[in-house]
Amino acid sequence: MRSHLEDFDVACPKTLAEALELLAAKPGSMTPLAGATDLFVLLNAGQLAPTHFLSLAGIPELAMPASWDEDRYTMPALTTYTETRHDARVVAELPLLASAACELGALQIQNRGTWAGNIANSSPAADGVPPLLAYDAVVELASVRGRRWIALADYFTGYKQTLRAPDELITNVTAQVPAAGARHYWRKVGARKLQAISKVVAAGVLERDVTGVVTRVRLALGSVAPIPLRARHVELAVTGLPLGTATTDVALAALASDIAPIDDVRSTRDYRLRIARNLVRAFLAP
Amino acid sequence: MKLTLMVNGARHEVDVHPARRLLDVVREDLGLTGAKEGCGEGECGACTVLIEGKPVMSCLVPVCQVEDKALTTIEGLASSEGALSRLQAEFADHGGAQCGICTPGMILAAEAWLQAPGSAENMAEALAGNLCRCTGYTKIFEAVEAARKDGEA
Amino acid sequence: MAPDRLLGTSPTRTDGAAKVTGQARYVDDLPFEGALHGKTIRTTVARGRLRGIRYLPGVPWDEFVIVTAQDIPGANVVTLIDTDQPYLVHDQVRHAAEPVVLIAHADKGLVEKAARLVELDITPEPAVFTLDDSLKAGAQGDAQYGADNVFKHFHVARGDAQAALANAPVVVTGTYETGAQEQLYIEPQGVVAVASPEDGVTVWGSMQCPYYVHKALGPLFGLPPGKVRVIQAVTGGGFGGKEEYPNVIAGHAALLAWKSGRPVKLIYDRLEDMWATTKRHPSRTRVSAGFARDGTLLALDIQVLLDGGAYLTLSPVVLSRGTLHAAGAYRCDDVTIDSRAVFTNAPPYGAFRGFGAPQTIFAIEMHMERAARELGMDPLALRRKNFLRAGDILPTGQVLADDPGLPALLDDALAAVDWPARHAAHTRHNAVAGGSRRGLGVATFFHGCGFTGSGEVKLASRAAVEIAEDGHVRVLAASTDIGQGTITIFGQIVAERLGVGLAEIEVAEPDTRYVPDSGPTVASRTTMVVGGLLDAAAADLLEALVAAGRLPAGGFSAEQFRAAACAHRAAGGEARFERQYTPPEGVSWDDATYTGDAYATYAWSAQVADIEIDPVTAQVEVRDFVAVQEVGRVLHPTLAAGQIEGGVAQGIGWAISEEVVLKDGAMANHQLTNYIVPTAADAPPIRVTFFEHRYAHGPGGAKGIGELPMDGPAPAIGAAIADALGVILPRIPFVPERVLPALDAATGAAR
Repeated sequence: MRSHLEDFDVACPKTLAEALELLAAKPGSMTPLAGATDLFVLLNAGQLAPTHFLSLAGIPELAMPASWDEDRYTMPALTTYTETRHDARVVAELPLLASAACELGALQIQNRGTWAGNIANSSPAADGVPPLLAYDAVVELASVRGRRWIALADYFTGYKQTLRAPDELITNVTAQVPAAGARHYWRKVGARKLQAISKVVAAGVLERDVTGVVTRVRLALGSVAPIPLRARHVELAVTGLPLGTATTDVALAALASDIAPIDDVRSTRDYRLRIARNLVRAFLAP
Repeated sequence: MKLTLMVNGARHEVDVHPARRLLDVVREDLGLTGAKEGCGEGECGACTVLIEGKPVMSCLVPVCQVEDKALTTIEGLASSEGALSRLQAEFADHGGAQCGICTPGMILAAEAWLQAPGSAENMAEALAGNLCRCTGYTKIFEAVEAARKDGEA
Repeated sequence: MAPDRLLGTSPTRTDGAAKVTGQARYVDDLPFEGALHGKTIRTTVARGRLRGIRYLPGVPWDEFVIVTAQDIPGANVVTLIDTDQPYLVHDQVRHAAEPVVLIAHADKGLVEKAARLVELDITPEPAVFTLDDSLKAGAQGDAQYGADNVFKHFHVARGDAQAALANAPVVVTGTYETGAQEQLYIEPQGVVAVASPEDGVTVWGSMQCPYYVHKALGPLFGLPPGKVRVIQAVTGGGFGGKEEYPNVIAGHAALLAWKSGRPVKLIYDRLEDMWATTKRHPSRTRVSAGFARDGTLLALDIQVLLDGGAYLTLSPVVLSRGTLHAAGAYRCDDVTIDSRAVFTNAPPYGAFRGFGAPQTIFAIEMHMERAARELGMDPLALRRKNFLRAGDILPTGQVLADDPGLPALLDDALAAVDWPARHAAHTRHNAVAGGSRRGLGVATFFHGCGFTGSGEVKLASRAAVEIAEDGHVRVLAASTDIGQGTITIFGQIVAERLGVGLAEIEVAEPDTRYVPDSGPTVASRTTMVVGGLLDAAAADLLEALVAAGRLPAGGFSAEQFRAAACAHRAAGGEARFERQYTPPEGVSWDDATYTGDAYATYAWSAQVADIEIDPVTAQVEVRDFVAVQEVGRVLHPTLAAGQIEGGVAQGIGWAISEEVVLKDGAMANHQLTNYIVPTAADAPPIRVTFFEHRYAHGPGGAKGIGELPMDGPAPAIGAAIADALGVILPRIPFVPERVLPALDAATGAAR
């Protein structure tokens, strides 16, 4: 444990309003803390600059159960992966969320980790983000100035940079169920089955009309760019086309414009590129 | 910060830095050294404790977040007279423990799964957060399966 | 002969209850009033000269204990084989993560903060990180070790390999590489020390070899042996990683304790442990093999290079074992093995289960796979044609007295997977386009038990049994239980010999004040060699009681034994019975010529791996694994199977996922997140079968088994990949990034 705790303190607000006031009073110097499964890894490694933690654990508004409103599923900030993977309706209608939750870390991490925390941590390898992107997720941000909603697809602006203002808190994340009969595709490629940071991760949703032509497609990729993102060029390229070899080729050609994988300690640029292409092929298989 | 912790059914009043890791409070303030630090990253599971029956990595838990929640450490499994739980006995008898450093965390994770089998697809998934370098997992699986069957009998 | 009551059974391990209840006390669990927490400040530069040390403001430095090379009371040398490794850098830096400064304070968090405020001023010098660069530098006069950067060189020659190769109808050549491997004991390294000039030094630690530490601490402080005491705490895994490295930590902890007058806890966290401590030696082995057209092996010319890192440490011994296993389980009268351990500016590589043998066995076994394909033969048939048999002669001239029984081991392993049917099924499966690729592979090999050649003679190990006050018997040995079950096995051996129950035997904590030097807990020797000494000592004890008329020759109860032992001791009879190692008759070795009987005996094995390669990701999954081994005698079936299962799992990890990524020679992926060992979710079934040909000089007939299982998984998996893809991958780990091109070649996949 490489941090000197005297350099840190923890505020434990009892209400959301109290939390927002604290954030407003010291914008930029507070670090919201949910399940701590990312932040405490940094704390343990001595890689966290001194900060004031803002523990969200005691805030009832954020600890409410996830809820459904017709075809939209809203997860308050403290919703854990465990809660999501055992929600029968999620498993049925938002299966990519359940798949991602089941493959994230291990049970001990799923029991504490939160979707909001995963978004806030803004790693390019964030496993929670691609499935949310595939479901057109919207992030709700709250501050003393009020609430606003940002499409998750617009939320990340650069490596570890987001649109969240220093006095804002992620309070809810909402996912949208696609049309009935849509294809849902998920594949996480890591070095082992569980407890793995992804080398490449893909979450996709695809809707077709009666003639088999793609009417709506979402393809979200992680670990292949500075941010987890929607492969917009691929989406554009295949919309309006039927699935088949020609469409897959078009998609693969477009993919190069969407991603920029790198060599790092976990994998290589070449491997990531190849696997990303394979995942796109699998997603678009007729 | 003054906190009330419920550990293995007993109340403990502690006065500690709120960001202190639950692992350190349990080991150093409460003298329960069964939970171990193997990595500080939430990867090895040697620090596993149960919060309301659910396994967590205690090296990643700020103590201020678990006040008044029922916590279970390995020391809470044996009976007050020292009789081993069914799972503990199977581990000891079946070669589930070799060097023993992963054992407290592994047993807690296994116990949590036995109590809530639906919490994971299968045993292997339930234990994937607990690394063992000695056994290859074979005899761990055998011990847990034996305890599971004992429980059904 | 009376049937064995205990040997061959699986009583609950003696330390089991303590471990499953969390009561077992590992070094970080031991309470020490007023202890300081220590931390080691290390270089990030791999080679250079230390110009100065700066302590930046930000912590109250006057409250800290600070130790540098100048504070060392005795010799700044880590005692092992050579004297090249300092405890703390004096001026020359030879590897990244090299220790320079030690600091301590009562506040653990403050120590960590302070560690980041120590600045080392080092002028960098050009470093060598590859075998080739190091040998080149050595040849050009810029050696950093000896004259040529070679720590050790062995040359083994029998017959005339060059001539035999020249005459061979078929010559197959290949080069094979293995990467470093981190032992990844789940308990990081740690030592607690109490020290003063008046009282000497006492350390408690996570370790395998208390007497290695004992021998190292004396010269560091200029203390006689009687003033140094080393106690092994319950140890959470070692696998070789805690064979020699504890010498270093113990010295560091003791230096801080010496200077501060307070107990000092020096417990590494995982990040430091992975970055700075020893790992398996990386290797490169070139094999040239000559064959007749029918597959008869005619000649072997093998060149082995091991990367030893920046100091000699144990590299000569690792090289020795690697050399002696390099020719594999095959008969060949014309063999040359030329091996070198080479310097690089990396943290020293060290002991890890297998100790050189996994590296060279990977090479020879993969080479047999390559050769089979070039000869147009089935790899199994090629092996069978050349298996060693009784009477055959090994490269050092050793005549194999006992029949290895390799055909039977192989047959059993193949039967366990129903090889013909399963192989045919895999072939049909692989014919389906776009699907996964499946394969079966075999490895056949041996592992020498105990120290090489004259090693056991030089160790001159001692172990004893003594009668305690209440008549129970206490085992006194320096062998440590690091999970493998030493405490239980020693108890079983002694209880069996005395005719009493396990409950009558206590195995003393390995504390150098009380136990004799039984040698290190390594080299698959603990049961066979030290257990053998205890068996003999127990026989001496029993004989003494019988000769003194206190016990009948046979047929007494545990109570009667206790009463007899008690009375004997109370009456002034001899209570302590010690035995020292003597080599078995007929075993002789010549160190000077490196010829003779390399090992007193060998354990033999056949392993089978059944793998599947994912068509989308090129990931290799092991779906089934069989390990069949001949081990002399299985003393405790559960513990024995546990050794095989655990060793296989480590071998699988080394083969498919455990990559040590190096930066400036040191481990860059030194977080558990990025060093991939198998979890429960990755564990294949591991099916174990034992054969027993009792070894005359092992207790109950037992040989050593701890390292054997480590030798086979990598080549067995490599063979299975070759079966699945038709390609020999010569380098491990077989991570998907390396398998992908082979998968492409096999499937003609679109890119």
